[in-house]
Amino acid sequence: MRTIDLASTSLREMNELLHKQNAGTNETQWEILNPKGRHAVAVGVDAPLNIDIKGSVGYYVAGMNKQANVTVHGSAGPGAAENMMSGKVVVKGDVSQYAGATGRGGMLVVEGNASSRCGISMKGIDIVVKGNIGHMSAFMAQTGNLVVFGDAGDALGDSIYEARLFVRGSVKSLGADCIEKEMRDEHLEIIDGILKRSGLNGVKPKDFRRYGSARKLYNFNIDNADAY
Amino acid sequence: MSYHNPPTTPRKAAAFDDYALSEIRRAATTGIYDIRGGGAKRKVPHFDDLLFLGASMSRYPLEGYREKCSTNVVIGTRFAKKPIELKIPITIAGMSFGSLSANAKEALGRGATIAGTSTTTGDGGMTPEERGQSQTLVYQYLPSRYGMNPDDLRKADAIEVVVGQGAKPGGGGMLLGQKISDRVAEMRTLPKGIDQRSACRHPDWTGPDDLEIKILELREITDWEKPIYIKVGGARPYYDVALAVKAGADAVVVDGMQGGTAATQEVFIEHVGQPTLACIRPAVQALQDLGMHRKVQLIVSGGIRNGADVAKALALGADAVSVGTAALIALGDNDPALESEYNKLHTTAGAYDDWHEGRDPAGITTQDPELSRRLDPVLAGRRLANYLKVMTLEAQTIARACGHNHVHNLTPEDLCALTIEAAAMARVPLAGTGWIPGQGNF
Repeated sequence: MRTIDLASTSLREMNELLHKQNAGTNETQWEILNPKGRHAVAVGVDAPLNIDIKGSVGYYVAGMNKQANVTVHGSAGPGAAENMMSGKVVVKGDVSQYAGATGRGGMLVVEGNASSRCGISMKGIDIVVKGNIGHMSAFMAQTGNLVVFGDAGDALGDSIYEARLFVRGSVKSLGADCIEKEMRDEHLEIIDGILKRSGLNGVKPKDFRRYGSARKLYNFNIDNADAY
Repeated sequence: MSYHNPPTTPRKAAAFDDYALSEIRRAATTGIYDIRGGGAKRKVPHFDDLLFLGASMSRYPLEGYREKCSTNVVIGTRFAKKPIELKIPITIAGMSFGSLSANAKEALGRGATIAGTSTTTGDGGMTPEERGQSQTLVYQYLPSRYGMNPDDLRKADAIEVVVGQGAKPGGGGMLLGQKISDRVAEMRTLPKGIDQRSACRHPDWTGPDDLEIKILELREITDWEKPIYIKVGGARPYYDVALAVKAGADAVVVDGMQGGTAATQEVFIEHVGQPTLACIRPAVQALQDLGMHRKVQLIVSGGIRNGADVAKALALGADAVSVGTAALIALGDNDPALESEYNKLHTTAGAYDDWHEGRDPAGITTQDPELSRRLDPVLAGRRLANYLKVMTLEAQTIARACGHNHVHNLTPEDLCALTIEAAAMARVPLAGTGWIPGQGNF
């Protein structure tokens, strides 16, 4: 196991070291100590590494991640795993705004709560939140799955495209063009698969309700102007 | 004998001219605002309202064709490990694959590369055609993040964080369903045929303090190699440029209201934002006040058409200019040779701006395979290269006449203004006077 202590190593040195790892590396276990809320920790990694961050981080942890499994043993600031391509990012604590923003693949697991705009503009990522999510989550979400064990705040899925939103608790309100949809077997299978991959348990797929696009705003119509 | 009132000449109200009347009728018929491409068409103070003074008794000119007048520009000297060096101070502005055909994007890359300058992606990601043909490619980082990925980010030569654009400061993008081909839909991760709304704000940062951290992230992902630009629309250039410097930009792009767009509401294009001429001096002032002029490069765009415009923008303090609309014209857009086809679209060559409809007879602003094929990317690229070279020669001609061995040595003292408005905006004296409106006690 390689250990990087951010008390003595700079952010630049740490990220550069992680970027130097390639698919064939046999140094796959990494531990990062003393993150102390620093921004852009372990961003742009593109190798099958297991990275354990021991503490809380600031903005954009694991941004644009590819392949790596990153675990934050603490909470994360805004934009955790933004634009993630593949791999898995687990945050043991809470996350701030825009978690998983524009994510294109892989999985983000939040074991605490997520603030507003969770999954904003998501493009294929799977996001699982064990707690609650804040307002305007999944705004303009394009594709991928957002699974929430707790409650969702105001305006869930505003201007949503084809992403699927599964919420177990209450939804304070739905955003423009977002509606509750029928939960079919295929959706239960999707949830089941995501739960298995997330490593979280204690809930059943049928506990969730499904939300998605009414597809009424897909092509502009002046008579829908009040919805905007 | 009967008395007849002598008839008066029919008169239309100045406020209700033919265009205003037709727009009222159009709105009443369709119930939707007018959407079009391009930039502001209204007449605003512009570079034509400035003149160069030329050499005289107090300064001597350089010999044309013999004494060198350099045009190179280096962008990204502040932080980037790999600044980009361009042979000419004229770059190609960001225009997306989606709004433009793949052939048009390839042609832009070819032309820019021959001329020794950069081209820029747009909202919709990087295409292999464009990357392959562009020696220097600037990759835009936009609110939609369509097609964004770390591999393309690393393939880019520079990154441009787009906060706004001159045609619509404060507005997002829109690509109407007609232009969403399979390939465009795939690149943007959206269903085919639906309107693609690009957000007006970035999804994961708000304000300059956040942007500073976002730029840190982009630099870390790309190992501090790439110059990072921030592009803003011509809204509040003094403060926008100051904040861009604070956020850590290597370069700032300021796009005035004549700058084009692929598609936006006419009301937005014509009524929001400032003329390019009005943006340059406040932007330069911000850099000077921070001690960053020439350290953070300023790129100005919006309505640049010829070498005189280039020279005037540089004289006012820009490091480079960017062309979009003019580049499309050079490729063959709005060519009078296609007049009969423009007539079928109820317009005329030179006025065609319904780029969002995807029916461009020149094959440039379209995704229609048949129309796209009309544009030969090699020939069109050559035309663009010719045009860029002519503009460069023109700017050099003026710089030599003013006694400068580099186009960057042009200064506001080389200029005078033809109108009080232009004098005030460009902060140069009204011709024949020493008067700069707004300076001193006037």
